[in-house]
Amino acid sequence: MTGHVGGRAVRAAGERGGDVRFQLTDDQRALRSGVRELLARRFGREALRAAVERPGLDRALWRELGTAGFFALRLPETAGGVGLGLPEAVLMFEEAGRALLPGPLVATHLAAGNVPGAAEGETVVAAADGGGLLEWRAAADVVLGDAVDAVPLRSVDPLTPLHRVPASDTPDPVAVLLTAAEQLGTATRACELAVQHARTRQQFGQPIGAFQAVKHLCAELLARVEVARAAVYAAAVTADPADIAAARLLADDAAVRGARDCLQVHGGMGFTWEADVHLLLKRAWVRARRAGGGAESEELLARELLSGAGR
Amino acid sequence: MDLADTPEDAEFRARLREWLGKVLPTLPPKPSPDDWPGRRAHDLGWQRTLYDAGYADVHWAAAPTVRLIFLEETERAGAPYVGANFVGLLHAGPTIAAEGSAGQRARWLPPILRGEEVWCQGFSEPDAGSDLASLRTRAWRDGDDYVVSGSKIWTSHAEVADWCELLVRTDPTAAKHRGITWLAMRMDAPGVTVRPLRTLAGSAEFAEVFLDEVRVPVAHRVGDENDGWRVTMVTLSFERGTAFVGEVVACRRVLGELAREARRNGRWDDPALRRRLGLLDAEFRALWRLTQWNVSEASAGGVPGVGGSVFKLRYSHARQELYDTAADVLGDEALDLDRPWVLDRLSSLSYTIAAGTSQIQRNIVAERILGLPKGR
Repeated sequence: MTGHVGGRAVRAAGERGGDVRFQLTDDQRALRSGVRELLARRFGREALRAAVERPGLDRALWRELGTAGFFALRLPETAGGVGLGLPEAVLMFEEAGRALLPGPLVATHLAAGNVPGAAEGETVVAAADGGGLLEWRAAADVVLGDAVDAVPLRSVDPLTPLHRVPASDTPDPVAVLLTAAEQLGTATRACELAVQHARTRQQFGQPIGAFQAVKHLCAELLARVEVARAAVYAAAVTADPADIAAARLLADDAAVRGARDCLQVHGGMGFTWEADVHLLLKRAWVRARRAGGGAESEELLARELLSGAGR
Repeated sequence: MDLADTPEDAEFRARLREWLGKVLPTLPPKPSPDDWPGRRAHDLGWQRTLYDAGYADVHWAAAPTVRLIFLEETERAGAPYVGANFVGLLHAGPTIAAEGSAGQRARWLPPILRGEEVWCQGFSEPDAGSDLASLRTRAWRDGDDYVVSGSKIWTSHAEVADWCELLVRTDPTAAKHRGITWLAMRMDAPGVTVRPLRTLAGSAEFAEVFLDEVRVPVAHRVGDENDGWRVTMVTLSFERGTAFVGEVVACRRVLGELAREARRNGRWDDPALRRRLGLLDAEFRALWRLTQWNVSEASAGGVPGVGGSVFKLRYSHARQELYDTAADVLGDEALDLDRPWVLDRLSSLSYTIAAGTSQIQRNIVAERILGLPKGR
């Protein structure tokens, strides 16, 4: 296509060839598949369902996560960490969200380096994140933040015990981003489950995925996942609070509405305890309330618009 | 994952920005929307300016990341849109470049790049919209010519175009995708009649084109006879690739203007409105990132993939939500055609229809990306 006329200024740049910049590096792909394999082996569907029937934190799995670097990932190597950055942490938490891995993962990851044993997976750390809820208080060895007057509630998510606590100051943007990564993973799983069911479930003599009414639900599921993915990965690269706020809003939407649509595609089975869909939705609901919910993120972006920043 | 420019990209961006800063103040004022000859001259003039500065073939020859920078920077600087050059630069040109013979490339591509000839698109027909492959405009061979009869619709810039990229049926007995041929037709050929169509926004943005035994030389066929559907798909994938990049940048600017207008007229005190604006900002930020993601991905492949359908689906809805939110900011003034954004709100209604309806995009996403079975 090159070489007929014009284009002096762009030719030099154009011939530089395809550089793939905003894509996963080979190392990042390897990290992601490593975490995915670990979680498939240690927390597959059977383990998930077993955890639902016998709530509580699997300490052996927690230590294994520690050994795999789940908590020490962003600590410098000189401090015994892995020395990687936010993009890698986001990929790891996305996989955790896809597997519906339970436990105060974000709190313990953020405590690594500050709370002894957190980085290694020996100490389980729970934290009040600025919103009005505290996850996993009873199972934790260390509870950060104001939890004196914590009141237990009967959690809608069988895999996330909750206490009500006083809402406090501004949440940590990194906690918000890692939560968004978990939501992205859950949204991805919701899309996969919906598509799998739509391909195999037969009605009226054909797979229900051949009907546009079902097909279009699946297409919207994927669109929400892909838009959220771009936002979450970009926020991991820039670490900009406004980008993180945007990532959170899109990831919450992708996970919550994705799980709802996945439930709808499953029909009557989607309403059962036996199908996994409700576990996706309930976890997505819990995460969407972290750090006080999405309203503050919307207000932050609105303020940003007025100030003209982020252009 | 990286979002920073490479040193080469940063240099390209800086050089382009400097050039835009110098050249834009020297451009003639934008003609009125009803002045078709004026619009043609303005749009071709801008393309000539780009040509003289060496930027003419940025859509074709540059790496996708460079193209993205070009679209981003020209929009930010308020440079003219591609306008009448749209089909030539983004549809017909890339198709001819990919599928045309050496002689055809030499005849048609330089005038597009130099801003000398305008192309329009004769694809859709009154009875072939979403189901484009069912098109019925017929072409018969007569010696060295095809003789073409039928009608086309939604043809933008037909009034001022020199050439039309035309899809015709050459084999009515073949399966519908198999009997189609791609022709380049002169718009001043005898038998071509253009009838402007008025849009709901009141303007004549596109036209119907009636063809009554129009003679098109066989030499003006791109690709083989009856292979036009495949040739066309090359074009459509370009359309769904980076065609909306500048618009996303523009939408983010409008969002900032909306916030300032809301602050001025007091609507800002309504938290529901602020949150609506904040959520829209999140959406457009994400669409910009998705564009960067897709462009990075295309750097490897060359031609934009079906991922463009995901983008188009979300973008067209986001654009409508943007101008509905503008109406929320404006209140009663949203009914005044002389207020800013009111005409844009009307125009935005076409976005979920043009270049593949949202329903067709969902079919594409579900069938080609997710692998769901074809059906109804």
